[in-house]
Amino acid sequence: MITFTAVTKRFPDGTVAVDDLTLDLPEGKITVFVGPSGCGKTTSLRMINRMVEPTSGQVLVQGRDVMEQDPAELRRGIGYVIQTAGLLPHRTVVDNIATVPYLLGWDKKRARSTALELLERVGLPAAYAKRYPAQLSGGQQQRVGVARALAAGPPIMLVDEPFSAVGPVVRAQLQAEFLRLQQDLGKTIAFVTHDIDEAVKLGDVVAVFHQGGHLAQVDTPEQLLAAPANDFVADFVGRDRGIRRLGFRLADSLPVQPVDAPRDSEWVLDLDDRGRPRGWSRRGVTASMQSGGGTFTTADSLRTVLDLTLTSPAGVAVRVDQHGVADGTVDHAAIAAHIQDDPIRAAR
Amino acid sequence: MLQYLRTSSPAVLAALGQHVVLALLPVLIGLAVALPVGYLAHRFRWLYPPLLTISSVLYAVPSLALFVVLPVILGTQTLDPLNIVVALSVYTVALLVRTVVDGLASVPPAVTAAATAVGFRPLGLLLRVELPIAVPVILAGLRVATVSNVSLVSVGALLGVGGLGALFTDGLQRDYLAPIITGIVLSVLLALVLDSVIVGVQRVLTPWSRVGER
Ligand SMILES: Nc1ncnc2c1ncn2[C@@H]1O[C@H](COP(=O)(O)OP(=O)(O)OP(=O)(O)O)[C@@H](O)[C@H]1O
Ligand SMILES: [Mg+2]
Repeated sequence: MITFTAVTKRFPDGTVAVDDLTLDLPEGKITVFVGPSGCGKTTSLRMINRMVEPTSGQVLVQGRDVMEQDPAELRRGIGYVIQTAGLLPHRTVVDNIATVPYLLGWDKKRARSTALELLERVGLPAAYAKRYPAQLSGGQQQRVGVARALAAGPPIMLVDEPFSAVGPVVRAQLQAEFLRLQQDLGKTIAFVTHDIDEAVKLGDVVAVFHQGGHLAQVDTPEQLLAAPANDFVADFVGRDRGIRRLGFRLADSLPVQPVDAPRDSEWVLDLDDRGRPRGWSRRGVTASMQSGGGTFTTADSLRTVLDLTLTSPAGVAVRVDQHGVADGTVDHAAIAAHIQDDPIRAAR
Repeated sequence: MLQYLRTSSPAVLAALGQHVVLALLPVLIGLAVALPVGYLAHRFRWLYPPLLTISSVLYAVPSLALFVVLPVILGTQTLDPLNIVVALSVYTVALLVRTVVDGLASVPPAVTAAATAVGFRPLGLLLRVELPIAVPVILAGLRVATVSNVSLVSVGALLGVGGLGALFTDGLQRDYLAPIITGIVLSVLLALVLDSVIVGVQRVLTPWSRVGER
């Protein structure tokens, strides 16, 4: 869908921002460009919608060389989200969202009703439609930016550090919403960030850029954490990548002990009359399930389960079925043993 | 005073009418010239310093001198109102070119970049993004130009064409206070009215500029 072939960008001042980049962005997936500041991520992204023109090499979008297309037409077919939402200050929220439909000549009614739908879709109340961007918070502006990028239904989205200007709590929320949207929409997305955690959280594929626009590694997030291609990548993905990697493995094949199996701990699991865990108790002292560990399902990650075993007073995480009924327990020794026969480590 | 107004009101109204035309026509001409020139100076930055120098020099030429010299340059009669219109247009252009450039420069680069990236072409960008955002700055310049034109028109009375200014010369010659007061009051009122019309236009055109100042 998007292909870079031997693409180089040398700016007039001689800076080589991207050097001989060859990369394929799979259709319907999120490809994250990650790397240290100044390594050419934004430049690469902007070559997709011709905001920057390659010095040599070729960028193909849906099989066509971008340099052979009219820039404005090309851009109207590609959603674009940037850090400072870049909204038009003199237009209301609904008109901002409808920007590209207006440019494409949709009739006003259709453009507006599409915009209103999207406003809701990105989680903003309809009453915000008539506001101006200056009347929104940073996070709200960012949502409007996402809605604007989606308005004309482009198959491709370019996203450049959209969440780096908001606080960590809002960021996590926006990331989760972004993933949910993408699950529904299945766009081909190029996503730039310098935050490796964001990269592994959002990416289907992560392209790690090295200084000068060289690719250090292109892989799935899990592979990246499991098998960094070189010291640069290992260093960049950080120290606790072993733990973080567990975030990509589901607890579905994790063996559990029966709930009533004997344990080393004096703590006893408290169940209600339908078998749902209430908490832990020991000699009259009780800890609720919320404060003392918690429960997991087969849809949770090994990282979550490991964390539960560390916070549970009994050192045990409790698995529940879809009705919330406890159907097994696991301790960290069992998790460690499970990780031992790890297919990825075996592959190295 | 009342006596004067009763007998001379047709003459006063005619003077007022002429004053409005002589003051406003140059504003319109000035704006029409300043917009494209200012745009060019914004687009090609190297044009800006020389343009700024030229407009400062033009603005520094005393109005009376300009009124006297223009007939020679234009080949018009000394009493031709065209002289006033041309002279005031020159001032307006000198003032507004700078305003237009400042206005366009007030558009955040991030906004222009984002608008380009979502698919505006250069002309659409100018007309639907840059100019609308520059409106508050441009209208502020337009207020100054309009009010200063209202006062400059009167100077033309020294040459025989000057709208309400003619009432001053008339009053001075006849040693009669009523026309002088009428002239002053009407010029001030005219300036106030035109100024508030522009403020009103701005309120209608730029509701966004008054929200969420942060
Ligand atoms: N218009 C330009 N002219 C000259 N050099 C430029 C230009 N734009 C970017 N560069 C340079 O190209 C290199 C890559 O820049 P780019 O913006 O792609 O980095 P980035 O990976 O997005 O960094 P960051 O994470 O800081 O946003 C940098 O060294 C930058 O200084
Ligand atoms: Mg960047």
